[in-house]
Amino acid sequence: MIRIIPRLDIKGSNLVKGVNLEGLRVMGKPEDFARFYYDQGADELIYVDAVASLYGRNSLLHIVEKTAKEIFIPLTAGGGLRNLKDIQNILRAGADKIFLNTEAIQRPEIIREAANAFGSSTVVISIEATKKTDGMYECYTDNGRIPTGIDAIEWAKRVAGLGAGEILLTSIDREGTGKGFDVELVRKVTDVVSIPVIASGGAGKSEHVMDVLKNGKADAVALASILHYRAIQELKVDPRAFTEGNINFLQSGEGFKKVEKVTLVELKNYLAEQGFTVRNCSPEVVG
Amino acid sequence: MKSVKKAKSIAIVDYGLGNLFSIKNACEFSGLAATITSSAYDLEKASAVILPGVGAFGEAMRHLKKLDLVIPLRDLAASGKPLVGICLGMQLLMSESREFGANKGLEIIQGEVLPFNEKLSLSDFKVPHIGWNCIYHENDDARSKWCNSLLCNVPENAMMYFVHSYYCEPYQPEVVLSKTRYGGITFCSSFSSGNVHAFQFHPERSGREGLLIYKALAQLLLNNHKEEVDV
Repeated sequence: MIRIIPRLDIKGSNLVKGVNLEGLRVMGKPEDFARFYYDQGADELIYVDAVASLYGRNSLLHIVEKTAKEIFIPLTAGGGLRNLKDIQNILRAGADKIFLNTEAIQRPEIIREAANAFGSSTVVISIEATKKTDGMYECYTDNGRIPTGIDAIEWAKRVAGLGAGEILLTSIDREGTGKGFDVELVRKVTDVVSIPVIASGGAGKSEHVMDVLKNGKADAVALASILHYRAIQELKVDPRAFTEGNINFLQSGEGFKKVEKVTLVELKNYLAEQGFTVRNCSPEVVG
Repeated sequence: MKSVKKAKSIAIVDYGLGNLFSIKNACEFSGLAATITSSAYDLEKASAVILPGVGAFGEAMRHLKKLDLVIPLRDLAASGKPLVGICLGMQLLMSESREFGANKGLEIIQGEVLPFNEKLSLSDFKVPHIGWNCIYHENDDARSKWCNSLLCNVPENAMMYFVHSYYCEPYQPEVVLSKTRYGGITFCSSFSSGNVHAFQFHPERSGREGLLIYKALAQLLLNNHKEEVDV
């Protein structure tokens, strides 16, 4: 069964959203969005500390701790985790899975160590890739900032061999653009690994999600803009509540024209019509 | 007041594998005080014990032996106190597992633990089985068992969150509470036998439907406590 996973990028105490992982706009409070998506039948949630690798700090712990007490679906958290101690701390805060990118590229053995210590199913490897002019997909670290020269498809095979439980695969080129997933990238990875692949970056409408599930053979999708811009309306986020970060967008009260805004319920209904099996909460228990 | 609180305290067995914090959060959300512990004394003191776990069967048994928890857990099963196995914790209750050769389990429930790999008939299905799937019962007998178990508030065909590569096959089919299909295999996704309850999925990660299991556990402990007080 496919999984629909809202992705919450976090900077400081705010939920942010950029384009190509840059130009981060403040969207609201992550815990409000997390609760909203939980109520709407999200299958899991992913928290990404968008600036942790850059500054070597971790603002995730607090948000994970707060939400884990009231949200009972799998929570994956990452961004700036550097060692087993960092991983243990975030698991203790209530995350079920963690993801690694920068540290795994610098020291691939950490994947095996983390899988041995916490179980493979706890260890997600985040791969952020850009397509080069020669067609190669290159891995980046530090939330899409630093090129590595490493081939993303080869790296995917390697991390699976080292014991990763899942791959979170983000196309930096498509991220935040609403132009659709990089289906070619996703398919290249799903063809060479047998662990689940979560496709991320580019969803601008429901058809894009169907495309990457059907043609990219993704096991799950991570979605941000397509859900967040609708959630902002539903949550009626008040810009006066925010004092730090880029709040121009919130203050302007404008929409975001690059994506067709959908709710999780609408998206799942659409996918069900297209023949996918999706999880719907039993109506009698949704309260 | 103090005795009521004590009557609802849960011990979550910590043997070094698995995320115990989501279980603790789910207990607390459902009104149950929970302690994460690896002490046999705490297990004996608690009103109910949850045996969680993620990872390899053999490794888990080695940890339990090292912590001298094998006998206390068997005693607990025999004592009548609720013992709840979750995920690998369910599998550990069985007689043995075929994970990396044969490994003896806690031998509380007769049966074995089998790998998906050998039997999956549909190649599109990946192992581990990660994600949401339905739990259901097969006939009227099973329905009445379901309605009298920790699943009592859970609607049939509810979806639960699974992460596993192996599954339990109890020798006595009457212990089976629910079944689930994956990749052409139908497996036992929960069982109960007297005071021993077990779930292959993660109730604490299965949204509101999953929490209904914790709420049923809280209710069961409340009823047990009332009986004790009445006596």
